[in-house]
Amino acid sequence: MSWLTKTLTSSIGKKVLMSLTGLFLCTFLLVHLIGNLQLFKHDGGYAFNKYAVFMTTFPLIKVVSYVNYALILFHAFWGLYLEFQNRKARPVRYAVVKNSSTFSSRNMAILGTILLVYIVVHMGDFWYKFHNEPLPYVQYTENVITGEVVTQKMPETYTQEVKMVEMTNEAAGTHTIVVKDLYEQVGISFQNPLLVIFYILGMVAVGYHLYHGFQSAFQTLGWNHPKYTPLVKFLGTWIFAIAIPLGFAAMPIYFFLQH
Amino acid sequence: MSHGNMTINLKVWRQKNSRTAGNLETYEVKGVSEDMSFLEMFDVLNEQLVSEGKEPIAFDHDCREGICGMCSMYINGRPHGPLQGVTTCQLHMRSFKDGDTIVVEPWRATAFPVIKDLVVDRSAFDRIIASGGFVSVNTGNAQDGNSIPVPKNEADKAFSAAACIGCGACVAACKNASAMLFVSAKVSQLALLPQGQAERQDRALNMVAQMDTEGFGSCTNTGACAAECPKEISLENIARLNREYLGASLTK
Repeated sequence: MSWLTKTLTSSIGKKVLMSLTGLFLCTFLLVHLIGNLQLFKHDGGYAFNKYAVFMTTFPLIKVVSYVNYALILFHAFWGLYLEFQNRKARPVRYAVVKNSSTFSSRNMAILGTILLVYIVVHMGDFWYKFHNEPLPYVQYTENVITGEVVTQKMPETYTQEVKMVEMTNEAAGTHTIVVKDLYEQVGISFQNPLLVIFYILGMVAVGYHLYHGFQSAFQTLGWNHPKYTPLVKFLGTWIFAIAIPLGFAAMPIYFFLQH
Repeated sequence: MSHGNMTINLKVWRQKNSRTAGNLETYEVKGVSEDMSFLEMFDVLNEQLVSEGKEPIAFDHDCREGICGMCSMYINGRPHGPLQGVTTCQLHMRSFKDGDTIVVEPWRATAFPVIKDLVVDRSAFDRIIASGGFVSVNTGNAQDGNSIPVPKNEADKAFSAAACIGCGACVAACKNASAMLFVSAKVSQLALLPQGQAERQDRALNMVAQMDTEGFGSCTNTGACAAECPKEISLENIARLNREYLGASLTK
């Protein structure tokens, strides 16, 4: 066995894999939130739909997104494997247990399983539909000088080969694009109160998962220092466990209330 | 022994040996004084059982002053009972009320098989120590105290780690039955001192390897171990063990 396999299959090495993949997914979550904040723009989905095309066509992002999908699966199944291994370390349970640890830290596996189900539903809602279903198209004509955008829905029969058709009319000073209307799809999806509740519960699970997960990842890497650990705990609590889930949860609520 | 007027109901794990299944049995102990230690209350119960011609309850104990780490009862869902920073022998009956029902179980872990009743086999810890928890020194006259400078701060950290008595409460408290707090304390106390440098990398690698072989779970940083440790060993030691182990893996 090479030294690397030996290290990564030791109890500490296995946790390091959870830690590194987890931190990567935390970074993804932050980027995902910043991108999706464009849903709150009052522009008929102009910025968001352009962003959706960029995220699914720009080669570097495409590579990173497939790495991301792979790491989500790895993190989920490696975590479940570790959970089952850890359960084997105590085959006979206690009759009475008074825990002195947090709810989050004891329930990472169940929270993670909820999140895996959430991610499957979430990708089915938007990612799968965006890639595989004939969503309606929308045309945005931007006046290059004033920045004014005119939104016009395309007829339902309209379809195009590429993700985005671009036209520039120099005489009129306008720039026109035609893209799939994912923004509209988001609005339609979140008219369903059950889906809104499901998304909110998903974000509650994210919050609890990261309340422990973020700071735990640093501890596993050996990053525990009186100077920096308070900052890690602060970020893990206020940014990753509270602000980010709240930001995401605001999206279904926003669209539900608009409708 | 001064007798008091408390009556305590106990539910104690009885198990004949490592091969048979056990179960909780109920006992009533009368005349318990609040000044008795928890172990003395068990002594009273055992005398009662012997006089009734029954098998006394097997439990580990030795120094009865909180330094040997032998007493290993899991009391009402917590290792060493409800108090913080004490062993079972330092727990007194004044922490309970007259008529209380107390559930007493052995440490539960694959790596700590039950030998009998509340006695578990903790020799897994001994094998971990044997795999690296030592320094190789040529014994002879003691060195002059000033010839090996140790900063006070480092000495304090090493001493805090060395306070570990190897009782196994960390394993008992951990939801994964992980031995990381124990191993981290034993690695830290030597990694922080000049005398521990010679075998520093081998120590971290070998002790972790032995820990994994013994069947302990992995650390998920819940912190239950440090909260229940009678010597209040800090989680910083686990982070240090992670650094020591990963550093040794990458460079050794």
